[in-house]
Amino acid sequence: MSLAQTKSVALLGLDGHVVNVEVDIADGLPGYSLLGLPDAALSESRDRVRSAIVNCGEMWPNRKVTVSLSPAWLPKSGSSFDLAICITLLSAHETIPVERIEKIVFLGELSLDGHIRPVRGVLPSLIAAFKAGIRTAVVPTANAQEAQLLQSMTIIPMEHLRDVLLWLRTGERESIEKIELKWESTDSRLDFADVAGQSSARLAAEIAAIGGHHILLIGPPGAGKTMIAERIPTIMPALSIEQAIEVTAVHSIAGTLLQRSPVSLLAPIISPHHTTTRVAMVGGGSHVIKPGACSLAHNGVLFIDEAPECASGVLDSLRQPLESGTVTIARSIGNLTFPAQFLLVLAANPCPCGKFTGRGRNCTCTAQQVRRYLGKLSGPMMDRIDLRVQVEPVGRIDMARNELGESSQVIRARVIRAREIAADRFSSMGWSLNSQIPARALRTVFQPEKAAMNFLHDELDKEAITARGLHKIIRTAWSFADLHENKTPTMADVLAAHTMRGKIQA
Amino acid sequence: MEKITNNQTGAIGEEAVVQFLSSKNTEIVERNWRIREGEIDIIALGSGGVFSFVEVKTRRSSAFGHPLEAINSEKSYRMQRLALAWLATHGCLGCDYQIDAAAVLLSPDGSCSIDYRENIL
Repeated sequence: MSLAQTKSVALLGLDGHVVNVEVDIADGLPGYSLLGLPDAALSESRDRVRSAIVNCGEMWPNRKVTVSLSPAWLPKSGSSFDLAICITLLSAHETIPVERIEKIVFLGELSLDGHIRPVRGVLPSLIAAFKAGIRTAVVPTANAQEAQLLQSMTIIPMEHLRDVLLWLRTGERESIEKIELKWESTDSRLDFADVAGQSSARLAAEIAAIGGHHILLIGPPGAGKTMIAERIPTIMPALSIEQAIEVTAVHSIAGTLLQRSPVSLLAPIISPHHTTTRVAMVGGGSHVIKPGACSLAHNGVLFIDEAPECASGVLDSLRQPLESGTVTIARSIGNLTFPAQFLLVLAANPCPCGKFTGRGRNCTCTAQQVRRYLGKLSGPMMDRIDLRVQVEPVGRIDMARNELGESSQVIRARVIRAREIAADRFSSMGWSLNSQIPARALRTVFQPEKAAMNFLHDELDKEAITARGLHKIIRTAWSFADLHENKTPTMADVLAAHTMRGKIQA
Repeated sequence: MEKITNNQTGAIGEEAVVQFLSSKNTEIVERNWRIREGEIDIIALGSGGVFSFVEVKTRRSSAFGHPLEAINSEKSYRMQRLALAWLATHGCLGCDYQIDAAAVLLSPDGSCSIDYRENIL
């Protein structure tokens, strides 16, 4: 029989489509045609597959070879089909039993000597294969850790084409040691104890971690804005397994799993440079659509340093994902949705020279320059930021003090406790964080105590806050209440929330 | 042993294919039919009344790849044009015909192996 087929997966964003790889070897002039909308990297598979086959001592069929990747309408890209094409071709050439490979997914790029190289998007591919009812997958050894996350599938990591052929023909495998799935949940490199002083910024970071409130840190250079922002993931609770798998899937597609372990339960932190483009921020690309920084920060922190320096439109492109928690990218090849539920942390200098703190004595900027600088953070954007904190320069008392501040571990324990209280309260409601309470619920079930409400209504009358601002303050107040283990937000909680939202003085 | 020229290699290969075809009950109509556009090595008439236009590729080793890989798409289109030209000049336009290719591998001991592919287009 000169016809064989097996399975592989084509990815469109996070959605995998199981692809039938069919090979037909017919009489005729020696030739090779690849059908099914391959891109350049996939078209080159012919030469990789051929060299790998010859260099493993197998026969290349000198006949007319037709490779079809179906569904044919789906554009396919990348090198991950190499292994599937190679195995199917050898099977069609009657060197591997056809029925042996029918229900296996093969993923991997071949090197010319037959080594199986790692590919992007292994986890989402396997999730799609699993949903399609496939239970066995051959993956590159380098991707084994990531693939192992799918515990309900038989994952067979392979290093070399020869090993795969041996296994398919005889059932023997060289190393059957199972990689144990061990989640990593601590990172000892960063700790909040490193931050000297800054009590209000520390508190703001803690509240942000509790309720998922977005935060803006304003302060002169060298005050510790970046230090604080980088340490926010260390006080966030460990991700749940489902969340961790989501994060790993996005990073797998973006090909950034070298920087982040696929089995990490730590909230990711992504800090794009302020020269970043809109496409890099939200995701895109004309040919292969890649997730942007805000999707890579899914379930974690998106930290933008020097936020006012960002090109106009870059920050504002985050408004929609901030609202919906997802990014939908429309391109000619289709509409893709990536998850983008992140905690936004912005850092900014108070003015172009950076010295406008206190009475601003050393500042050399004109009043107009100062106003214009922070004005670059647009109104609608600022409206979504609940916590706006001035980070003052560290004084000599803080620096001279010997004992360190609270460690991340201590703060994290409090954050976890507060989040548990919130999760209990919202258990039947379909959301879990204070920042996600819908406006209707705020007006009915989740009102702060009477005196606090009166205070807020007075502020509203004075036009010191807007209706949306009122809701935002109540949400933050709930986070303060959870931190202090109050049943409902007290006057003190509301006042604290109101102060934290503060105005940006410029 | 005297050195065999490429022309002689080709002739030996074609002779081998002629014998191979004759043994399969195929009538050889013409050999080395040549016009300005090119040459058809063998024209044969099969038992079913189908004309076969055969391109023979002879090699003394497979060191330079499979002999039939030398037939690229341009070459096969030329074969097609030549076949139609032959049919036209012989008043057989409209007859069934096919383009075949034969790869002949000559061993140093004089034996040869034939890989015959029918209807390659």
